[in-house]
Formats: sequence, structure tokens, C-alpha cells
Amino acid sequence: MSDEEDDIILSELDDEELVQQMFDDLYDGLKEEIEEGVNILLGRGWAPYDVLTKALVGGMTIVGKDFRDGILFVPEVLLAANAMKGGMAILKPLLAETGAPRVGKMVIGTVKGDIHDIGKNLVSMMMEGAGFEVVDLGINNPVENYLEALENEKPDILGMSALLTTTMPYMKVVIDTLVEQGLRDDYIVLVGGAPLNEEFGKAIGADAYCRDAAVAVETAKTLVGRKHNQGATA
Amino acid sequence: MTTVFSDFLNSRDWLLADGATGTNLFNMGLQSGDAPEMWNVEHPEKITRLYQMAVDAGSDLFLTNSFGGTAARLKLHGAEKRVRELSRVAAELGREVADKTDRRVIVAGSVGPTGEIMAPMGALTHEIAVEMFHEQADGLKEGGADVLWLETISAPEEYRAAAEAFKLADMPWCGTMSFDTAGRTMMGFTSADMAEMVEKLDPAPLAYGANCGVGASDLMRTVLGFVTQGSERPIIAKGNAGIPKYVDGHIHYDGTPDLMAEYACLARDAGAKIIGGCCGTMPEHLSKMREALETRPRGDIPTLEQIAEALGGFSSEADGTGDDTPPARPRRGRRRG
Repeated sequence: MSDEEDDIILSELDDEELVQQMFDDLYDGLKEEIEEGVNILLGRGWAPYDVLTKALVGGMTIVGKDFRDGILFVPEVLLAANAMKGGMAILKPLLAETGAPRVGKMVIGTVKGDIHDIGKNLVSMMMEGAGFEVVDLGINNPVENYLEALENEKPDILGMSALLTTTMPYMKVVIDTLVEQGLRDDYIVLVGGAPLNEEFGKAIGADAYCRDAAVAVETAKTLVGRKHNQGATA
Repeated sequence: MTTVFSDFLNSRDWLLADGATGTNLFNMGLQSGDAPEMWNVEHPEKITRLYQMAVDAGSDLFLTNSFGGTAARLKLHGAEKRVRELSRVAAELGREVADKTDRRVIVAGSVGPTGEIMAPMGALTHEIAVEMFHEQADGLKEGGADVLWLETISAPEEYRAAAEAFKLADMPWCGTMSFDTAGRTMMGFTSADMAEMVEKLDPAPLAYGANCGVGASDLMRTVLGFVTQGSERPIIAKGNAGIPKYVDGHIHYDGTPDLMAEYACLARDAGAKIIGGCCGTMPEHLSKMREALETRPRGDIPTLEQIAEALGGFSSEADGTGDDTPPARPRRGRRRG
């Protein structure tokens, strides 16, 4: 890359070019540039919700797709997500003020015994990037933590993550408890983690297994959409 | 450095390693979410039985029950102050089993990942990682492990930190990574990258390779990736016995003993010297693997087609080595760095 190309002045780009450039900058994990781009678009009178969906979500969709296809890996996605977080920090208060539509809400955490939160963090960030509100319970959650968060937060989705053979069966403990307490049908339950697969997700009674963060976002959108439709006709 | 382990390795065509730790402990009643390492002191007889099962099934080498034994992992169970003790006992129990066996059996001190992301992307600095690995290494050494055995690593930075720690502990070591994401590690590291990396370490591992991941076929592809790099360094293949399924309330891996026997011979033919299983690999798998290695003649290096035919298809089209790397996305211009 020549120096000349390094000197793109974001504020001199028209809206369309700027959004394209922000896609690239997200892809390359350039946080300051993303923050600058968000501020420029807001300064031009863009609604915060449009900045989120058209620039940030659009860019993260490309990142997610290349992650899914084995072109990008965790380090690159973490950088991209970090850049997106920079943009989100600016937009979040504005979105709250303007009462922008909410796509859905998710409570997420790794299960008891599991501290591997890389995948879970990616899902959180990508879900936020897609416009979901995410309540992150962190690592090592016993079933009580999930129940309490579901009660307090009333999310659409419960997400659980496990990376180890020794911890993945705990997801079933949580789902079984939900069933016992008659709460299972109130939530969409998504599970993920390296040792899992679709069949496992079904066997333990989850709504879906999501093999990576990009799939989690797609699945969440589809299932929340379906749930809302059912709610409307019921 | 010559050691009990390196002499043994040099004297043999292949070594049979062990199988699963977690899957076997579940069958003995370990509850999901609990720390397997606590059983070293709470149920030592069960850990002894775990080791004994591998030895009785024909393993030349078994890993200690200390995979999650770094402070980073034990912290989660409030046991971060017991790193040295839990690893020492894991090795001591292993030492007892190995010493009363009438053939040579190696006690390999298992060291798993911290579970944290290394700086600058994450919070774990190189210095702290080295310190944590060093603490565990000292415990395993004290308990009498013959060799340290790093496994299931995704980040090259973490592999290097462990190598440095093992040097400080003055212990010989081996180390495998887990290639579970489109044929690479979660961090995008390829088999070719790893083969190159290990040669630059001081001291380099006595053997290196792959464990866990996604089924036996993928693991074989990774082994071929190492072999293609042309290194003389012994290669380790420790693949899962198939894919996990949830059957009747417990995890079951769908790879049969016969399939694992097939895999063991293919791994040997491909050039792996230390061959074993990982998740889902039970004593009955190990016995079949031993029998196959002892009775079936060595064959040519298998092709990817032969591997897929014998063990099933791969989880992704490419693994990032050779010419089949997916193309980078074209950009408008500006790039980082």
C-alpha cells in the first residue's frame, strides 16, 4: 500500500464512499477510524440507528461471513469487534435517547466450569453489532445465575457457551431446569462452543446450535422474527 | 538432552499414547462443571484407575490429570493456590502406576491452555503466562513426570510462553495444538506454521503435533501438513474418537474402536510417531489401536482421498496450507500497519 492511499481523508468522502471505507476499516480493525466515521455520519445528520445498521452492522456482516468461511480467524475478528465497540460506544446513548427499534435481547454466558469466553465474547459483540441488546453474564455460570438473569432481564434469547468436553453437558442441566420450572418455552435457547454440533444441540433441547458468531446472529434474527410473528397472531 | 522419554522414543518405531481423560472421568461420576484436577486429592483411586486403564489397554505413555491445572483455570474453582500440589499429586499417582508396570511406561505431565487470550488482543501478558506454566511445570516435575506435555493450544504466543516456562523448570517437553477451525487453530494458525515455529524454539519440543480438533480425518490432514514441511522431529497424533453425541444422558463420541484402529495405522503411515486418542477415546479403542499397530504392516503415506475414504470427510475444504488458501478480500486501499 502506498503512502498516498494511507492518506484517505474520511470527511472528504461522500456518504456512500464513507460507508464503504468504514466496511474496510472495520474489516481491518481500525478503531479510531471507525469512531471518526461514526461522528462524521452523525454530523451529517444521519440517525444513530442508520449509522448502526448501515455502516457498522453492514461491515460486521462481511467480517462474520469471512469468519464463517475460514478466511478470517479469531484475532482478526477480535480486532474488528473492538473497532465496532468504539463506534457503538458513541451510538449507544444516542440510540437510547432516540428510542430506536430494538431487534431483541439476549442473556449470554459460559456455563459452570468453563472460563473459555472467546467465543461467547465474539457472539456478544456480533449480536450487539447486529442491533441486539446483550446482557453478558461472563464465565462459569451455575444454573441459578441464568435463572436470575432471565427473570430480571426478560430477554428473547438465552445463549450458552462451552468449550470443553467436561463442561458441555452442563448446558443440558440448565435446559432441564428451565423445563422443570415451566420456563423453557419463554425463551429461545441458543448454544455454541467448539466441541458441539447441531445434533448435540437438538439432543439437549436447545432451539439451535450456532457454530460461530455469524451463524448465531443469523439464527437469532430468524428465531426472534418467528417468535414475534407468533406473538402477533396468538 | 537425553532423558528416559527421549531414549524410549528413539528405541521405538511408534509409541501408543493414551485416550480421553474427561470422557473417562465422566463415566466414573465426574459432574459437569467440576474441576477434574480436584479428584487427584479427593478421589485418587479413580485417577489411578484412569491411568491404569490406559496402561492395561497398551498405552506406552499416559497424560496426567492436570490439563486444567494452571492458576488461570483453577481460579475458577477457588483452587488457584493449589496449582503446585494438584499437579504434583497428578504426577505422583502416575508415577506409582508406571513404576509397578513390568514394561516401560512414560508419565507425561499434561499442561492445557490457560483459557485466556494473550496480549495485546487479550489481557494475559507473556510474563504472567510463563509464570503460570512454570508453577505447574514445577509441580509436575516434583511429582515425577518424565516429560511435560502441552496440549490443545490455539495461540502460538501461548505455546511459546509454555516452552519458556518448561525451560525454566528444566524439563523435556512435547506440545500439541488443536486444529479445530477450518483446519487451523482457532487463532488461524496452520499446521505448516506450527512445524516452522517449533524449530525456532529453544529447546525445541522432543515431539510436536496435533490433538483434539474435529474427528480423525481432520487430524490426519494436519499430520500430513506437518510431514510436508519435511522436519525430522517426531510427530504426535492424538485425535478425537469421532464427533460428540448426546446419548442417554451422557456424551458419547461416535468413532468406533475399529475406526480408531484404522486411524492409528494411517497416522503411523503418514509419519506420526506418537499415536493416541483424545476426547471419546476409551480403553477399548486403545486396545484395538495397539493391536492394529502391532499386526498391520506399514503402508505408504496415505493421500487425502484415502483418509476421507477410511475415516470420513473433512470439516472444511482447505486447511490453509499449500495453494488452496482462500483469497483475501479486496479492499479500497488503507490497511493496518
